[in-house]
Amino acid sequence: MTPRRIEFEILRYDPDKMQKPEFQTYLVPCEEDWVVLDALNYIKDELDRTLSYRWSCHMAVCGSCSMMINGEPTLSCKSFVRDLPNQVCIEPLNNFPIERDLVVVLDDFLGKLNSVKPYLIPREKKSLEEGVYLQSPAQLKKFKQFTLCINCTLCYAACPQYAHDENFVGPAALALAHRYNLDSRDVGRTARQDVVASNLGIWECSFVGACSEVCPHGVDPAGAIQQAKIASTGDYFMDLILPGRKS
Amino acid sequence: MKRSHKPIIWSLFAAGGTFTAFMIPVMILITGLGVPLGLLPAQTLDYESVLAFVQHPLTRIALFGTIFLTVWHAAHRLRITAHDFGIRADRVVATIFYGLAAITTLVALVVLALI
Repeated sequence: MTPRRIEFEILRYDPDKMQKPEFQTYLVPCEEDWVVLDALNYIKDELDRTLSYRWSCHMAVCGSCSMMINGEPTLSCKSFVRDLPNQVCIEPLNNFPIERDLVVVLDDFLGKLNSVKPYLIPREKKSLEEGVYLQSPAQLKKFKQFTLCINCTLCYAACPQYAHDENFVGPAALALAHRYNLDSRDVGRTARQDVVASNLGIWECSFVGACSEVCPHGVDPAGAIQQAKIASTGDYFMDLILPGRKS
Repeated sequence: MKRSHKPIIWSLFAAGGTFTAFMIPVMILITGLGVPLGLLPAQTLDYESVLAFVQHPLTRIALFGTIFLTVWHAAHRLRITAHDFGIRADRVVATIFYGLAAITTLVALVVLALI
């Protein structure tokens, strides 16, 4: 089959040389089975070596190649050119500062991720000799869905609340906090609640649900946040009734 | 960070939403289908029957619960909807809608006590 020629309009920005971002157009002969990332690699290899973008695995696992494709937050390795029109607009992820071209600054997200302690906090630390922390399939099932997050930040680009207030902790970090809170081996919930149950945590979410729509792994961060709201509401009233109780 | 006080309103919002989701279909079934289609006796919705029904102490309590939860659900829903439409004067919006909900709650309390 002859390749289909697709016009890629790509937002370029080099903060050292340009006042503001500008679009640059590239005509790419695309094969039927290509994804947008293949077209970007073609541009980089054959047309313009200066184009900057992040990618690594090419199989929707690493979460590096997130960008806006025709206005939708998408993994470029998961977006097949056969599903796209002959003109494709590619921009860096919404709601993040541009570092260069399609590369965005992720410091804000990484700070928020860290703030919810996204790791197991066990009751007692076990030595290697003592073996693993046991868990039943039923206990695993409770949170397994929320472990599938690849930190691609598409949910932050889709979230109107994060666009409105960048202090919002945001979907992925809150979903991951929920993932550890639901883990039977974890006792870190109280420590996470200071961030999770604050005004800028789950309570900033107005449940638009865009995060869950764009999630490439079906994590459903919006669902996680609603579940966390129910649990935190229980906490709030229990704390009123029994001040100083151990949660 | 400080724990939020939003659970106060959100609990009413969540309870109201869940409650009305079950309540509204039943009310539509009785008032919109049951009586008009003759599945229920025509006098079910007569003034006298409804008044007697409402005057029962248990009905008064149930009706107050229904109105209370529903208006607070609506107030919070409207606040969030205003926000989603880009109206950023949240304090004003919240005061108006929660104020209306509070007034409606009081009116319902008084009317149901006196009826």
